[in-house]
Amino acid sequence: MTTPSDVSPILGKLTLAALPLDQPILVVTFAVVAAGGVALLALLTWFRLWGYLWKEWFTSVDHKKIGIMYLVLGTVMLLRGFADAIMMRLQQAIAFNGSEGYLPPHHYDQIFTAHGVIMIFFVAMPFVTGFMNFVVPLQIGARDVAFPFLNNFSFWMTVGGVILVMMSLFVGEFAKTGWLAYPPLSGITYSPDVGVDYWIWALQVAGVGTTLSGINLIVTIIKLRAPGMSLMKMPVFTWTALCTNVLIVATFPVLTAVLALQGLDRYLGMNFFTSDLGGSAMMYVNLIWIWGHPEVYILILPLFGVFSEVASTFSGKRLFGYTSMVYATVCITILSYLVWLHHFFTMGSGASVNSFFGITTMVISIPTGAKLFNWLFTMYRGRIRFELPMMWTVAFMLTFVVGGMTGVLLAVPPADFVLHNSLFLVAHFHNVIIGGVLFGSFAAINFWFPKAFGFKLDPFWGKISFWCWVVGFWLAFMPLYILGLMGVTRRMRVFDDPSLQIFFITAGVGVAVIACGIAAMLIQFAVSILHRERLRDVTGDPWDGRTLEWATSSPPPEYNFAFTPVVHDLDAWYDMKRRGYQRPLSGFRSIPMPRNTGAGVVLAALSTICGFALIWHIWWLVGLSFIAVIVTAIVHTFDYDRSHRIPAETIADTEALRTQALAAAE
Amino acid sequence: MSDEAHHATDGAAHGTLRDYLIGFGLSVVLTAIPFWLVMERPLAAGPTSVLIVGFAVVQILVHMVYFLHMNGRSEGGWTMIALIFTLVVVAIAMTGSLWVMYHLNANMMPMPHELRSVP
Repeated sequence: MTTPSDVSPILGKLTLAALPLDQPILVVTFAVVAAGGVALLALLTWFRLWGYLWKEWFTSVDHKKIGIMYLVLGTVMLLRGFADAIMMRLQQAIAFNGSEGYLPPHHYDQIFTAHGVIMIFFVAMPFVTGFMNFVVPLQIGARDVAFPFLNNFSFWMTVGGVILVMMSLFVGEFAKTGWLAYPPLSGITYSPDVGVDYWIWALQVAGVGTTLSGINLIVTIIKLRAPGMSLMKMPVFTWTALCTNVLIVATFPVLTAVLALQGLDRYLGMNFFTSDLGGSAMMYVNLIWIWGHPEVYILILPLFGVFSEVASTFSGKRLFGYTSMVYATVCITILSYLVWLHHFFTMGSGASVNSFFGITTMVISIPTGAKLFNWLFTMYRGRIRFELPMMWTVAFMLTFVVGGMTGVLLAVPPADFVLHNSLFLVAHFHNVIIGGVLFGSFAAINFWFPKAFGFKLDPFWGKISFWCWVVGFWLAFMPLYILGLMGVTRRMRVFDDPSLQIFFITAGVGVAVIACGIAAMLIQFAVSILHRERLRDVTGDPWDGRTLEWATSSPPPEYNFAFTPVVHDLDAWYDMKRRGYQRPLSGFRSIPMPRNTGAGVVLAALSTICGFALIWHIWWLVGLSFIAVIVTAIVHTFDYDRSHRIPAETIADTEALRTQALAAAE
Repeated sequence: MSDEAHHATDGAAHGTLRDYLIGFGLSVVLTAIPFWLVMERPLAAGPTSVLIVGFAVVQILVHMVYFLHMNGRSEGGWTMIALIFTLVVVAIAMTGSLWVMYHLNANMMPMPHELRSVP
């Protein structure tokens, strides 16, 4: 533990020793990242893109641009999190027969912690939030979200969390505790260094953004739906987004509170989660899973919505059992609060508690199963087009069912006592998160990319990526199921039993195949941008879509819809097309829209600085940046000039251009 | 988004000065009585704490009705749905935590002073 004497009043605990110059892997990584970063900055400067990025993107309050920025952030962090995965697989594949592998323990422990934290908080969450941001206002016929500035601020707070996590790679270190940082290991006694503090403050800063964006989207969905769109005429994706954001608003405060209590333990010597003075580490486990279990449904529910949209669009049919789909989503929302204890069956509760939570866990598979049958019946007798989004959906159904069934196995407390903390568990949650959340995200990216940019993604490289991902996933995680059944625990760095090596090598090969899938995906983006004229879609409705986002142009104009659509039926756009809908060509009126502002960037930057100062105990900077946050927020409230009006002539010009493009395409 | 683009004010209740004054008066009374109970100790510790919790609950209701203007109709019933949902979630989290934490003793080895009572 640091005594007050080694905390400098100027720099806190930060010294040159915090730079990991003695670790060659990190030095090389830093060199590569620094070179890449400098090259990127130089290119941006050379092409004079800074002004453009600042004016059109960073300060933008347009929900579509913010959604796209979330997706870019998620993709970049996917590469970082996947680099961690490769390192772990390599270590475990070679650390046999007395070999120590290539990663020392303190480095390996940081890697598995960072992998989990990054993949959940900074890959899956930005993907999900990005899709909801981009699609929901379009689907409900709104011009933007309810609080556009808050939306921009939320995004930059997420970026702030990312910056703190990335910074821990080169300044100090990250937590060595696993992604949920259980005490007593994460307490000040056993983790005296800054790793856990990085974890706490990265999640606190990003958590502000997540909670605010949850509030924002709930209000958007409840308040800004197009006329005629009653709740039971809302597209399924919007329904799942609503439930997800309700979950976010209800549970993220729990995470915030747990992190705050853990912070008090670490910073002020309190004893909420220690074994002394009435504290209990088990309370931490209990509380963090009250957040943690709903969190996995926060991740998967919107993707269930994506699969519903994709299955119905590419089968050319109305979704089978819309009502049951809605009720299943709501049931899952409620039930997801009642199952958290299945993450710690082995903690010592008696039979009645364990069986209660075991049964609720099994019950939750019923609405999920109902959804699966709905998708199958949607496909039944449909004219299925196996385009990329549909391929991802089918792969999801096949993969996710296996993951769901192993989940039900783990829900049986006696079985869980054998499988707890084993690689079986690791295989299970990768099976549902990759098979569900990631496959869903890829379906969504391929599905809505033409809406966002006006051209489709290249199907050839998309299919290569698809097959690499699917095959790689099965190769990488089936061995882990087998190893888990044999009793191999998770987070091991070296192994004694040489007969296990072949399974780890197989898993390593699987990860290499997934790496090809990621590479193919990046190539797919590049090829698509290069060949965008060939892949261009001027209709705005490339897939013969059914919901309102396909009613406007691709990419949609800033104001989304020149006239707010009126909804008469579920699948509003399909209904409009069937009735011979004609695009209005005249009578445009001016539209008030929110104005861009840099306040969100400034506030988030100051919060990130405050987080960094807290991590390193630089108290003067903590005070300064905190006061600056408050002052900036107050000053921003006096900015009354927040909206501007798009003149009717501009709208008429934009719509006339679209009319010409549509005519030229026919 | 500008005011015109919002149609957020439909159905939201707005308090009158009278409502605020009633709410303020009730809050003062509901705060003063628990203080008096603790300062003067007219009752035993047990009933005092029960009463204080009771006053706290009533205080919450007063705030929700008079300051947050919650009733079954405001915002088309959404505030009431949100309140019920909040109560359900808080109830689940609190009773669940208490139950779980209490139950952790179930599989513990008996301590020496408990061994005497084990049959």
